[in-house]
Amino acid sequence: MSEDDFFKKASVVKLDTLSDVNDIGKPWRYEEDGMTVTRTSPWSPPGCHPVGCGLKLYVDAEGRLERVEGDENNPVTQGRLCPRCIALKDYIYNPARLLHPMKRDPKDRGNADAWETITWDEAFDIIKAEYDRITAQYGRESIVVFAGTGREGGTFFPFGSMCFGTPNFCYTQSGYACYTPRLAAIAYIGGTTYPEWDYAGALPGRWDDPRYDLTEVLLIWGKAPLESSPDGFFGHAVIDAMRRGTRLIVIDPRVTWLSSRADIFLQLRAGTDTALGMAMLDIIISEDLYDHDFVSYWCYGFDELAERCSTMPPEKAATICDVPVEDIYAAARMYAAGNPAAIQWGLSADQKTNGMQHAQVIVSLMAITGNLDAPGGQLLPNSSAGHNEVGFGFDKGVGDDLLAKMVGLDQYPAYCMVILNAQADLMLKALETGEPYPIKMGFYAGNNLMSCTSMEPERWHDAIVKSLEFCIGFDTFMNPSIEASCDIFLPLKTVAERDGTVFTHYAPCTVTAGFMHEAITVGDCKTDYELCYELGRHLRPELWDKEFNFRSAKEFMEALRLGKREEGRYFDKVAENVVCQIPIEYYKYEKGLMREDGTPGFATPTGRIELWSTAFHGFGEDPLPYYEEPQFGPADPELMEEYPLILTTGARTTAFFHSEHRQVPRLRALNPDPITEINPVTAQKYGIADGQWVRLSSPFGECVQKARVSEIVDEKTVHAQHAWWFPEEEGSEPNLYGNFRSNINNLLPNFHFGKLGFGAPNKCFVCKIEPIEESYDTDMTEVWDKFGKLV
Amino acid sequence: MTKGILINYDYCTGCHSCEVACKKTLGLPEGEFGIKLTEVGPYEYTDKPAPDHWEWTWLPVITKACDLCMGRTTKGKMPSCVQHCQAWCMYYGDVEDLAKKMDGKTRWALLATRE
Repeated sequence: MSEDDFFKKASVVKLDTLSDVNDIGKPWRYEEDGMTVTRTSPWSPPGCHPVGCGLKLYVDAEGRLERVEGDENNPVTQGRLCPRCIALKDYIYNPARLLHPMKRDPKDRGNADAWETITWDEAFDIIKAEYDRITAQYGRESIVVFAGTGREGGTFFPFGSMCFGTPNFCYTQSGYACYTPRLAAIAYIGGTTYPEWDYAGALPGRWDDPRYDLTEVLLIWGKAPLESSPDGFFGHAVIDAMRRGTRLIVIDPRVTWLSSRADIFLQLRAGTDTALGMAMLDIIISEDLYDHDFVSYWCYGFDELAERCSTMPPEKAATICDVPVEDIYAAARMYAAGNPAAIQWGLSADQKTNGMQHAQVIVSLMAITGNLDAPGGQLLPNSSAGHNEVGFGFDKGVGDDLLAKMVGLDQYPAYCMVILNAQADLMLKALETGEPYPIKMGFYAGNNLMSCTSMEPERWHDAIVKSLEFCIGFDTFMNPSIEASCDIFLPLKTVAERDGTVFTHYAPCTVTAGFMHEAITVGDCKTDYELCYELGRHLRPELWDKEFNFRSAKEFMEALRLGKREEGRYFDKVAENVVCQIPIEYYKYEKGLMREDGTPGFATPTGRIELWSTAFHGFGEDPLPYYEEPQFGPADPELMEEYPLILTTGARTTAFFHSEHRQVPRLRALNPDPITEINPVTAQKYGIADGQWVRLSSPFGECVQKARVSEIVDEKTVHAQHAWWFPEEEGSEPNLYGNFRSNINNLLPNFHFGKLGFGAPNKCFVCKIEPIEESYDTDMTEVWDKFGKLV
Repeated sequence: MTKGILINYDYCTGCHSCEVACKKTLGLPEGEFGIKLTEVGPYEYTDKPAPDHWEWTWLPVITKACDLCMGRTTKGKMPSCVQHCQAWCMYYGDVEDLAKKMDGKTRWALLATRE
């Protein structure tokens, strides 16, 4: 296929709510009413998963962004937008945004008033001096690049591999409990990457495309797609399908808007999903509801799976999961009868210690019902797909000798090699103890780990501040992690100020490729790829100028994202399309498109979907799914006496992307305070009123949040929001923007991951709750005063 | 002809896009709305089977600040709330035409402002 066919401008289907007066068919840039309108398909910042929703940026004659609207030309979002991009201008011109590099004496870490504005040249010189000093003494492996989630910078691997040349790119969430466990499970079981629900995103006719079959049954499992647009999936595509007749099954410990519309809602005890999945497999197999052809041609280990799942009859699972047994039967039968049927599987599979087994039962369900790579089922990527930046430049930038030193590689190769990341928990240990070697320099790449992605955050805070001799933050705003631990701050461009690409679902299983266009200039900021290129050349000139040899930052981005080196000309050409639908094929495993050798089947040792996983077996893990009780839960009655409630955390809100957006008043007003949801019966038992502040505690720590008394959770469960800090408050230590006051991660542990190094019990823990007299209600007038007047 | 906004509120997910789009279009200060969501639920019915067992309904209320986006609608564009509604459950037009969409198959609310 020619490249022009690959990056072909997307077709668009007009929503019937839109006017006939619209901008469908307009070029990537045009004039309207004295303004220049730039169409763009953003990734970040502000943080978001790579959906690439269509945006129109209206810029006045003075070059100032006047407003943002949804672009009707995007085939998936079709002019719709969530509040975060509608309020994008309030983020870009926010008075708290930082627009110039700054330095601070390391002895003033934690002092919000000690920063001094500097030039980029001075910043690069300081970084170079520290880089040379530290690497000479401790080696490049002493540098850690803290990865984040969502933002382009958060997964910008070349910061580690090419710029700093360290093997220790590290997402610091215990057990990498976000998306990667699911990716690892499908990689090890099916030899492919994330099987997203096929929502016709890549098809020119969308839902009415002749190649598409509408999903009859959509099973949403531990996921809140409407609020989070998870992993690059436009959440409201679920609504599009429902309005066409798709029926829902929802499995979740919380009531969600989608569960309130579902035919079957299994409100299970948090963390018991694997038992439920095994029971559903048992029903589908024993009632002969599976796809015999798919199983006999394309699956390996079916009999063993059947035997294993027979140890989890539905009656047993019903007791474990605390759901009616007839609902398990009904859900299994409804899913199996769906033709096609699909599963949207969420973070709950990552956020439990035995999450790999949860992922394993979900992939098994998709496989034995014949829904893998079927229209309206689960779309699979072809053999060439994958995280496009993982491994890019790694050979020359890091090298085999240094790769072997990656923290955790010896103990957890299944983790470290699938994502080329240092194992998170062992990185904490290395920071705390200097073992296996000292960690001395840090870089935050789109990450605010002390507020969001680290468990026991004070422990991470103390380890980082103590261990690192030099640390760099690169962001749009100040945040608690940078305030506490950095010596250099570098300012980051937002989506409106930059060029770039966005591939849905982080490149695996992409349905659209989008392109960002620079529409405005603000301050003196850089993109991730510009900083990586410029700082890389400064730190390692021999490598960048002789080996990598890119002619510009744009060519570096072009090579990384598009596999071309044409000084940005190829990027400019395809970027005019703004958004492209990637050509897809169904049933690729029949056509030899899933394996690099071109033979039919899957890229596993047996060429089949391995229901009995040879890879798991090789890593010393049980090759078949098994259920394990949450380590912190009813299996420990003594613990439950002191901490009697099940704690689940981190459900997403529309107002924020994780720890971002707290300083945008129009968004903050939607969710001013950190919320804990508690059932009315439980609230009454503990004397908690709706809107009252409560103290939550676990064996690992405590925090305070504001109670929302609601049937959204059952009597045994509480749910607490994550990633809270308060940018309107004092930033200096010890307050640190109130970072540790309402931080639910205070209650959650490190070092409770599964056998392969993956998973953490963030969504299935325990706590106790008590009302407190104090109120910490946010003063929205203060938030408006501080952040409401745009600059 | 009286204009209005029709909402297929079975599908309103409470995403707040209409609220924020309106505030940005009208430039409203803290605490003021042109359109604001109301929420009922979630709670369970004892006597209704799924998918109607749970009640969780969102419905936007249009305030006195709303001018139905005169600046946009006179050019033939949709009001900003309708343009951005993620569930595309809002329709703008002549109330007589909108009323004809109310077919008894889903829950509708027709809102018309003072002219």
